[in-house]
Amino acid sequence: MKVAIIKYNAGNIKSVMLALKRLGIEGNLTDNPDEILAADRVIFPGQGEAKSAMKYLRERGLDKVIQSIENPFLGICLGLQLLCSHSEEGDTECLGIFNAKVKKFPDDLKVPHMGWNIGSLSEDIIFQGIKSPAYFYFVHSYYAEVCTQTISQTEYMLPFSNVLKKDNFYAIQPHPEKSAEAGQQFLKNFLFEL
Amino acid sequence: MLTKRIIPCLDIKNGRTVKGVNFLELRDAGDPVELAKIYAEEGADELVFLDITATNEKRKTLVELVEKVAEAINIPFTVGGGISTVEDVSVLLAAGADKVSVNSAAVRNPQIIKEMADEFGSQCIVVAVDSRKVGDRNIVHTHGGSKPTELETEAWIQKAVKLGAGEILLTSMDHDGTKAGFANELLSKISSLVNVPVIASGGAGNMQHFCDTFTNGKSDAALAASIFHFKEIGIPELKTFLKNKNIPTRI
Repeated sequence: MKVAIIKYNAGNIKSVMLALKRLGIEGNLTDNPDEILAADRVIFPGQGEAKSAMKYLRERGLDKVIQSIENPFLGICLGLQLLCSHSEEGDTECLGIFNAKVKKFPDDLKVPHMGWNIGSLSEDIIFQGIKSPAYFYFVHSYYAEVCTQTISQTEYMLPFSNVLKKDNFYAIQPHPEKSAEAGQQFLKNFLFEL
Repeated sequence: MLTKRIIPCLDIKNGRTVKGVNFLELRDAGDPVELAKIYAEEGADELVFLDITATNEKRKTLVELVEKVAEAINIPFTVGGGISTVEDVSVLLAAGADKVSVNSAAVRNPQIIKEMADEFGSQCIVVAVDSRKVGDRNIVHTHGGSKPTELETEAWIQKAVKLGAGEILLTSMDHDGTKAGFANELLSKISSLVNVPVIASGGAGNMQHFCDTFTNGKSDAALAASIFHFKEIGIPELKTFLKNKNIPTRI
């Protein structure tokens, strides 16, 4: 199986590569459009800032590449936010796969939302075999609103999108690569069950 | 609901896990990679690796160890000890660490916190503070707690957060090694002063101490070493205990 990990100016790629390795997959970190389009699975991870990330993707035409992918695609953390329509972070137009808007958490509680929190589970195959309550590891200051494409929610001050799905596109706000059993099962489902 | 984190701390010397009482009299507590795997499987929420001799002996934290740990575990971990430059942080994050903690170097040059946070984001910059009571003031100490500074703990932490610290790891030198409970009065004061997570460290002796620091101390996470390494408290039983006390806990 060919798994492409999109290389761009965002951090936290290594832990995704290692999580794949634990599942027996050697990920291919690449910004080459042909390699990305030819992959069986594409992962779009990242920790960073929305505006500079979108600028980087547009300059290299990776925005169009991502929008045209037909195989299973997974955005993680910033990757989820960039797949939404718009982010308050730097007032950034994003890729528009999902119709959710990305907003900043109010400062009523500590921000970033950091640590383990519960994601709701649904019938979708991506959650197959994950035990309830499912805990995931989060680190983020912005969140995607709940919308019609939300298939899992989490609550921190307010409910937000934990997992989004549209056709072949999935996205998850926490870091499955750092989320112990639940995260490992989620990645396994993405790689082998879709 | 966001849960309270339980963090075993692995103090590293020469690639092995050690823990001293009040940072002295080190005892060997095993291989860090094996220990890390066991903790991750038992339900630890996060791990901290501190190269405790790094500052004194001017050694850099072992990048190789970080790589091995990153391969072996699927929970987040922080690395600290002798980290003083943006380059140090870059190397450790590239090796697979999720966060780094800075201590003495930040006291020497507070701007380094800003430089690190600007480069890598606040979320991966933990500022570790060793605090000891001097008279009725809380004073920051460096070099493994051996050197007092001019800084008051409360003011220093506020400054560190302003500069970009994403999390505070606060060790009470007065409580460390006593097993008499965490420094909850100080911890609660710090939590009310800053808007980033605070990790309580120093003084854990029994399960109730963890409960106390999450409630009275308002801590977001609690760190301990020897009581976990020598199996005085098991992580699964601690988590069950906390859950029964209505502390939000990942089980």
